[in-house]
Amino acid sequence: MAVEPGRNWQRYDTRDRIKRLAIAVLAAATVLSSWLWLDLDLQYVASSPPELLDLAVRMYPPEWAYAPDIVMPLIETIHIAVVGTILAVVLSIPVAFLAARNTTPNRVTYAVGKLIVTVSRSVHTIIWAMLFVVMFGPGAFAGMVAIGVRSIGFVGKLLGEEIEEIAFDQVEAIDATGASTFQVLLYGVIPQIKPALVGISVYRWDINVRGATILGVVGAGGIGVQLFDAVDAFQWSTVALILIAILGIVLLSETVSARARAMVR
Amino acid sequence: MSRIAVTNLTKVYGDDTIALDDVSFEIDEGEFVIVLGVSGSGKSTLLRCLSSLTSPTEGTIEIDGDEVTQTHDDIAMIFQQHNIIGQMTAYSNALSGSLSRSDFVESVFQLQDSAEKYRALEALETVGLLEEAQSKARNMSGGQQQRVGIARALVQEPRVMLADEPVASLDPGSSQQVMQYLLEASVDRDLTTMISLHEVNLARKFGERFIGLRDGKKVFDGYSEDFTIDIIDEIYGDIDIDGIVAEDGADTNETETGKRATKGGSAV
Ligand SMILES: Nc1ncnc2c1ncn2[C@@H]1O[C@H](COP(=O)(O)OP(=O)(O)O)[C@@H](O)[C@H]1O
Ligand SMILES: [Mg+2]
Repeated sequence: MAVEPGRNWQRYDTRDRIKRLAIAVLAAATVLSSWLWLDLDLQYVASSPPELLDLAVRMYPPEWAYAPDIVMPLIETIHIAVVGTILAVVLSIPVAFLAARNTTPNRVTYAVGKLIVTVSRSVHTIIWAMLFVVMFGPGAFAGMVAIGVRSIGFVGKLLGEEIEEIAFDQVEAIDATGASTFQVLLYGVIPQIKPALVGISVYRWDINVRGATILGVVGAGGIGVQLFDAVDAFQWSTVALILIAILGIVLLSETVSARARAMVR
Repeated sequence: MSRIAVTNLTKVYGDDTIALDDVSFEIDEGEFVIVLGVSGSGKSTLLRCLSSLTSPTEGTIEIDGDEVTQTHDDIAMIFQQHNIIGQMTAYSNALSGSLSRSDFVESVFQLQDSAEKYRALEALETVGLLEEAQSKARNMSGGQQQRVGIARALVQEPRVMLADEPVASLDPGSSQQVMQYLLEASVDRDLTTMISLHEVNLARKFGERFIGLRDGKKVFDGYSEDFTIDIIDEIYGDIDIDGIVAEDGADTNETETGKRATKGGSAV
């Protein structure tokens, strides 16, 4: 089939072009109206470099003498992440079975599973933490529960998707041995999702270490408590030290998490 | 004794797919029966009904006079795709055959009592895989995986062993080997055995009694001496018998005369 000579080849036809133009105009209008509505003042943008410089000068040098005082809060931060993640994983396994189309008993249970996932994921850790601080009082316990509840959705969703991928024939074969439903889950389903379960848990733990560093803003424990105290007291060199420490544990947890995930793969 | 009695078994999928149509037969204890039929003739459905993985639309299945309605460790099933758990070792797969006899704690922590563990190792030895006990199942060859499937079935200590096209995914050499293990297990343990095959050569070589299915109906039930070329024609119908006889057969390079000879009666 030869290309017709003289024919004008175009990527879009007229209708497509109008549609694309309309979308572009709409997007521009949204940005512009948001800007106007928010009443943004460029004055702050202009003054920010000197402000930043000023802050940096005040932060330097970091208050190294304060280092021994943040060791315990750092350990607490990791603990919050570990316990919160374990709590989330334990609770999310049943949620995942409900939220997976091939294991959920019926449509109602499926909807319940999806609802738990959505609620858990759509509320921010800090909001959960505020709630649990009210319920349990300030401290690490409220933080752990907040981290746990927030992570159920994440782990439950990914694990549920993993369950939907399993080879059902293998599950059926365990069923055929006369095993109980629980044993079928244990020997037919869990081994198939175990690598994913380990990977997802470690990944979530690493996200949770980061999350646990700011729980202190609402009094839910961790290194954030010291951080926000220092900010409130304008102790900028202490703030600098804490930020360096946070950077350190975040990098450490990311490395551990990446290694562990590479191992199970 | 484990006598199987199947009476007026019918299975309809959906509104109008009649997979089994009024099938009846009896099998005596320790018999070794091969079910034959083309793809879609109802072999899998029959075996799945016997193992209670599928419930019949009509009719009954009895073993020693007791009606079978749910999966049970008395009835073991071996699958075409092996269906062992790839992420577990050969040993754990074999051990999973004992689940119906283990309690909660034993199954969670793999703390089955030593008799069960011994049974799992013994079953692996029976299928020549003791050395391979700690290998991950998914790293094993198809033939080895199927032998793990047989080991799992044997650990159940079943009275009835069912195998649905156990060699259809295997190369000819492994097929022979797996069939040999199935036959030995059946004889040594006096298991009432039912194996579906689509390949006539293997059936002839290993079978003593044959049940032929066609479009869900039982069209033949008899012993080697009655399993003639006409019967094969009846089971396989108008389709090219040479194709079936040679299909995944021991020797696909067989000459036309060779195949005729096989059809005529002499086993491979
Ligand atoms: N789960 C199912 N749902 C609907 N139809 C099925 C199902 N399983 C088998 N069938 C149909 O039942 C008939 C018999 O199938 P099957 O028992 O698998 O035969 P075979 O094992 O001899 O190939 C075929 O027509 C097949 O399409
Ligand atoms: Mg089949």
